[in-house]
Amino acid sequence: MSTVLGEARSYRLSWFALIFAALGSCVLLLIVAPLLALVLSSSLGELSQAAADAEVTQSIRLTLAAALAATIVCTLAGVPLSYVLARRKFFGKTALLAIIDLPIIIPHSAAGIALLTVIGRRSLLGSVTGGLMGSAAGIAVAMAFVSVPFLINAAHAGFLAVPERLEKAARSLGASPWRVFFTISLPMAWRDILSGMVLMWARGISEFGAVIIIAYHPMTTPVMVFQRFNDYGLAHARSVAVLLIIICVAIFVIVRFLARRPTQEAQNA
Amino acid sequence: MLELESLCKRLGLFTISDLNLRLNQGEYFVLLGPSGVGKTVLIEMVAGFMAPDAGRILCEGQDITTSPPEARDFAVVYQDYALFPHLTVAANVAYGLRARGVKSKQAAERVRDLTEKLNIAALLNRHTGALSGGEQQRVALARALAPRPRMLLLDEPLAAVDVGLRARLRHELRRIHQHTGTTFLHVTHDPDDALYLAERVGVMLGGHIRQIAAPEELFRAPSDADVAEFLGMRNIMTVDSASQGVCRAGGVEIHAALADESISHIWIKPEEILLSRQPFDSSARNQFRCMVEEWENSGPLLAVRISSGALRLTALVTYESFNKLGIDVGTELYCTFKSSAVHCF
Repeated sequence: MSTVLGEARSYRLSWFALIFAALGSCVLLLIVAPLLALVLSSSLGELSQAAADAEVTQSIRLTLAAALAATIVCTLAGVPLSYVLARRKFFGKTALLAIIDLPIIIPHSAAGIALLTVIGRRSLLGSVTGGLMGSAAGIAVAMAFVSVPFLINAAHAGFLAVPERLEKAARSLGASPWRVFFTISLPMAWRDILSGMVLMWARGISEFGAVIIIAYHPMTTPVMVFQRFNDYGLAHARSVAVLLIIICVAIFVIVRFLARRPTQEAQNA
Repeated sequence: MLELESLCKRLGLFTISDLNLRLNQGEYFVLLGPSGVGKTVLIEMVAGFMAPDAGRILCEGQDITTSPPEARDFAVVYQDYALFPHLTVAANVAYGLRARGVKSKQAAERVRDLTEKLNIAALLNRHTGALSGGEQQRVALARALAPRPRMLLLDEPLAAVDVGLRARLRHELRRIHQHTGTTFLHVTHDPDDALYLAERVGVMLGGHIRQIAAPEELFRAPSDADVAEFLGMRNIMTVDSASQGVCRAGGVEIHAALADESISHIWIKPEEILLSRQPFDSSARNQFRCMVEEWENSGPLLAVRISSGALRLTALVTYESFNKLGIDVGTELYCTFKSSAVHCF
């Protein structure tokens, strides 16, 4: 098979291939170099020390749990929305899709301030709940706000990839819309939904700007990295950061592995 | 069995207006029309996926115009068969049964029974991705037939397959219909489907059903020149006057074996028109001096358009004859055809 970058078989170098490869490498380097340098610069001793630090482990647990809670709640509410967006045509749909992307665009510290006006002590909601500032629930709300677009967009794309004719055929066979959704649409889109959940969860874990405005304490790990850097310097911040990165990458890899698409041969083996 | 009463639907560029149709219990009805005429929209309305702007849909006397698709008991078979790719063949076929609350044991029995009849029992544990076109069609039909629907709606089920397979699948469809006795409503653009499968054909042109007839009747007596042309008839001419065995068309007298006073059109198959350099004696009753207007490739043959006065005809010739006769624009020739080659309607 020949590719744009040249004959795959002969590997003949051309200026085209060379320049594209060089440019691509620059981007990869931008991503990989700091991460690799960070991991390599921290010693095992530093890491085990951080892992034994109750403050650190508690903060990591809080971060993972708050992001997970935000992801699960948003999945329950967001998947139906994604389905409607993929299936129905209605007035204002384009505007709605743009609104869903808003949290990606606006600065996250501004998002935190915006959230305060809704869930802060003096807000309407806050007067009922006593305000969510400085609570795990508040942290989860901040994480949800900034990360939910990733879930909705992935699920939306997943449902769009399910041919509508399959659903129609199922309806004509006597299945209710509920049954069609749970036996056809959802099973066919679950990989995209899961990958959206992973993205949302990861984005939630890494959130700093909105979270720090809602809650400096209890301290999420990104906030702790910032605080330790400020108070004790690079070395103290580094080990916490590395620990979080290792945990996130491990979970990311495991979920990706579980949700991999079976190949055609495996399906018919 | 199914009645469509004055159905109207406006959608984008085309409209279905005042469409009436009545299907008999157990019949194979083919709705024939060119693409973009609204056949699929009609199927969508009958299936319940689209509401008509006006008119009623009745099934066994009951008004089902606003019933949801799952309550209508019509199974749809799509052009690409729409098999569920995440399910096995067995689960595909059982889908409608399970949706109707049939217990899994009884469903499995029905699935086994039906798939044995359709010769796909060996495929039950496979996924649908690796099935051939013919197997896919049989699985789709089995899935549609499993819950014993009142009617099968087939939306161009043969359009996506190549010519050889199409003939085989057509045969299969007819066999299945005869076997089940279910009412079939099949929409297609292919007159051959209608000819081979239908008990009755409805020809749909421009949002209307122009003619409903048995296929033999339809091809023998199309209601007008548009229908005739759509059915693949060529050299269609309006008759100015006609009497027993002869008619006048395009200012020329043409012998037509079956002509009588009642006919309004004649048509001649292009392959039944002979071209020659010299006039010749034969049993053919029609021979005219003519001139070549233009010619073009038409698959394995060449289509030569000739004129004789106001008469314009297309003849099909082989490349060999074309070269031998030295045909070019302006060549003077004789065209000859038998009076039995002139079809009347």
